[in-house]
Amino acid sequence: MSYILIVISAIFVNNIVLSQFLGICPFLGVSKKISTGVGMTGAVTFVMVIATIVTYLVQKLVLDPFGLAYLQTISFILVIAALVQLVEIILKKVSPPLYQALGVFLPLITTNCTILGVAIMTIQKDLNLVEAVVFSASTAVGFGLALITFAGIREQLELVDVPKGMRGTPIALIVAGLLALAFMGFAGLV
Amino acid sequence: MNQWKNFSKGFFKENAVFTLLLGMCPTLGVTSSAINGLGMGLATTFVLVMSNLVVALIKDFIPDKVRIPSFIVVIATFVTIVEMIMQAYLPSLFDALGLFIPLIVVNCVVLGRAEAFASKNSPVSSIIDGLGMGLGFAMALTILGSVRELLGSGKLFGNVIYPDQYGMLVFVLAPGAFIALGYLIAFINRVKEKA
Repeated sequence: MSYILIVISAIFVNNIVLSQFLGICPFLGVSKKISTGVGMTGAVTFVMVIATIVTYLVQKLVLDPFGLAYLQTISFILVIAALVQLVEIILKKVSPPLYQALGVFLPLITTNCTILGVAIMTIQKDLNLVEAVVFSASTAVGFGLALITFAGIREQLELVDVPKGMRGTPIALIVAGLLALAFMGFAGLV
Repeated sequence: MNQWKNFSKGFFKENAVFTLLLGMCPTLGVTSSAINGLGMGLATTFVLVMSNLVVALIKDFIPDKVRIPSFIVVIATFVTIVEMIMQAYLPSLFDALGLFIPLIVVNCVVLGRAEAFASKNSPVSSIIDGLGMGLGFAMALTILGSVRELLGSGKLFGNVIYPDQYGMLVFVLAPGAFIALGYLIAFINRVKEKA
């Protein structure tokens, strides 16, 4: 039961983009087309789950026993940066088609604050390893839901006559605001 | 004169938030009040100035291939220092900013300046660049924070301007952040077109 709560809360109620404001850069940056949105979501899901597991183990097996909790930020970002490189290398070797689909998005992910944010949140919420996996996977799904919905709206927005000053970023931000407003409807669900 | 230009470009011409659209997560996430925006802006400024300085000093010793990871370590060090100082002396601000303090590490503005400016310029001009960019960022966050606080709860820096039952609560919540920033950028685009 508590797993279902984690899933619903991470996807809808506390959506990582629309209510926690993490991952805004890819949200605005790669949302011009649905297909790139899907690719980015795949890459984020992949890296987020692996990164959460690895940083969780680093925290519990290295930082906590040796009283090094203040090194959390430094060690997590290094682990994530190294991991992204590693994933890129392995993917290139093991699964070229997957690499082709996700490759261009992987380097961008190091500076995607959702990954570091979810890693730190997992520790702050004091989840166990299984909960951490469920939490990170459903957060990534929530990210994908917001990103792909937004990309779909933006594709249609291209065809609309928008006032000159509002074209581009301003109208995109306002659309995101309305989307966030819609997601507020889920508040209180969990 | 040149240094003055270097300093002032961060405020308007190359403002991180309004024109380059960098550092959007903290911009939207912490600006529910003007004071939070200002605190976040100043914390980022500190990290930006110090990391620019250190990167400019060590740029000749770092092999090109491990450039980015080295910059990240430098930045993460200063973020940890800010985190500790804030926790010790400004606990209420520390609680309000929460997760966004460690996330200064992945703020694209900081890494962006280290890579684009400090790794190519002298320490002195890197400090000035960091100061200008950082204060420009702080200015943008404070403006957005003030707008949201005023419209949302009728206050400005915690001072009551009008009773808060007339406030539009949505501006303090998530959707208001996007909408307020959207209109601010549209306004700035308009001003720029005229200028």
